[in-house]
Amino acid sequence: MTIWDTFRVAIRALRKNKMRAGLTVLGVVIGIAAVTTMVSIGQSASALVQNQFMALGTNVIVVFPESQQRGGVRQSLTVTLTAADSREIANQCDAVLASTPLVGAQGQLIYGNTNWNANELSGVGADYLLVRNWAMAAGDFFTEDDIKSGAKVCVIGHTVVTKLFQTANPIDQVIRVKNVPFRVVGVLEKKGVDMVGNDRDNIVLMPYTTVRKRLQGSSFDNVNAILVSAVSPTRMNEATKQIDQLLFERHRIEPGKSKDFRVQDTTEIAQTFGIVTGVLTLMLSAIAGISLLVGGVGIMNIMLVSVTERTKEIGIRMAIGASGRDILNQFLVEAIVLSLIGGAIGVTLGTTASVGATLLINYFNPGQDWPIVISVQAAVIALLFAGGVGVFFGYYPARRASRMDPIEALRYE
Amino acid sequence: MALIELREVQRVYELGDHPVYALRKVSLDIDRGEFVALIGPSGSGKSTLMNTLGCLDRPSSGSYRLDGEEIATMSRDERAKIRNRQLGFVFQNFNLLNRTSAVENVELPLLYRRGLSSKERRGIAVEMLRKVGLGDRLYHHSSQLSGGQQQRVAIARALATSPSILMGDEPTGNLDSKTSREVIALFRELNEQQGITVILVTHDPTVAKNANRMIVLRDGSVVADTSDFQVAMRELHQEPAE
Repeated sequence: MTIWDTFRVAIRALRKNKMRAGLTVLGVVIGIAAVTTMVSIGQSASALVQNQFMALGTNVIVVFPESQQRGGVRQSLTVTLTAADSREIANQCDAVLASTPLVGAQGQLIYGNTNWNANELSGVGADYLLVRNWAMAAGDFFTEDDIKSGAKVCVIGHTVVTKLFQTANPIDQVIRVKNVPFRVVGVLEKKGVDMVGNDRDNIVLMPYTTVRKRLQGSSFDNVNAILVSAVSPTRMNEATKQIDQLLFERHRIEPGKSKDFRVQDTTEIAQTFGIVTGVLTLMLSAIAGISLLVGGVGIMNIMLVSVTERTKEIGIRMAIGASGRDILNQFLVEAIVLSLIGGAIGVTLGTTASVGATLLINYFNPGQDWPIVISVQAAVIALLFAGGVGVFFGYYPARRASRMDPIEALRYE
Repeated sequence: MALIELREVQRVYELGDHPVYALRKVSLDIDRGEFVALIGPSGSGKSTLMNTLGCLDRPSSGSYRLDGEEIATMSRDERAKIRNRQLGFVFQNFNLLNRTSAVENVELPLLYRRGLSSKERRGIAVEMLRKVGLGDRLYHHSSQLSGGQQQRVAIARALATSPSILMGDEPTGNLDSKTSREVIALFRELNEQQGITVILVTHDPTVAKNANRMIVLRDGSVVADTSDFQVAMRELHQEPAE
């Protein structure tokens, strides 16, 4: 008997008992729908995490200075990373899009009779916007000339605008930090809160040279960190290696000695978060999988009843020449068809449910945009799994049918 | 070479500690084109003999060659293939699939034979139903057919694979006398015009009378093998000699 014939016989048999087939399928529908929903929502949660990391600045790699071991003495932070390093990274590494030095500063912002503390008060280079994938809402970012001359200018974030200036136009106003006056030349585009809830718009940026000279009173060229962005997310690893290589040579580190810098890219952190959400997804899917198991047992149950009920039919088919294999295939295919139908309905339902759930989450949480993830891969896996359930739970009843004695089966009433 | 050659065939059932002999050393030959009736009281072993001849059962010992092939040592699936190729069954209670049309019932054995398209199967099924006089009932379900018609469908199904042997297990047992005669006439016609070997199990003398050869069984043994109806009846009604 060909597969196609077996399939048609199975369909015909199922159609003779539509109500029963429908109820049997229901178990698998619920199981597959639950799994699909959990996996989809889990995937959109990890996509959310990844997106937030992306928003941190597309593909940002951070280079930190590292204390170096010399002659058995571990020294505290020394002058290791410089603005020149940053420039050379941008010039020489072809997987790098842009690079900026970063110098941290502290101090209260004063404008007129109001004051405010910014989350981040940093001295940066002219390419900062490019590195962080940020844009201006008003005015301009400071230029390379401003950096060379150590100009007392700054760019402020949206929160700083509202706290210090309320409704006034901040451009060309002067704010003071540690008694140094800075002219506001631009306002950054609003970026919102990050994953941990920090306000990313509570920020003031100045030329790093100005911060070093005016706020820290230092004449050295060293910086706290270098922010680098790769040409594309796919070239992150390449960029990291190139930076490592370049600094290794520039800092004349002898082989075998520890490095005086550390290159870290944010995808590593994103991946760690991805693992966490992945484990959660897996756990939820496992719970949902149990309902699939119950559905499978339902199929087995009904197939056993069906085999007993159709003993006579099995006898007839055997008498006129059906082999054990033919009978086995017939009942196995019936079970598989049942569970595949259940799988298909389940995937459809589950996808609809997860899209609906995502929309609801976004509706009640206006700040976060959960992405809607429809995973073809998950759908295919769910269907294959449903088929597997059919084979697994259909095999025993089918085998029982195929082992019947034709004489006994014919006599069965 | 005879179509059917049984040599010392025994069939023993183990019931508890006591072996029950359903067939004791039966040897017989049946030639192509014969019309044989197996008769005997209930429990005489005629159904067991029928099942053995029909390759549904396997002898406990002895040899059964059908068309030169040894059946006794065959596996289940090999016997299934033989049933499909060589044998056609007609049962007392028709054994049609319910909620299935006549033509689909007749197609059924062809489904288990390789190399036939669904069109070819349909063609053969329709031809067989016409042959048994049911050309106008192709798509009726079994519940919509009378007993005689159902048995005709069963005969059409048995003929679909063009077997060399047609086996009837009390084929008229559930039919009234008029339809019985019609069904038996159909068997006769198939036997005479197409040379199909017919083997019937029956306890009805009027059916047995149509056969050219009567094999009488009692207690698992053949007690008479004759073409004389009177001799057969006498043997059948004789009290077992104590």
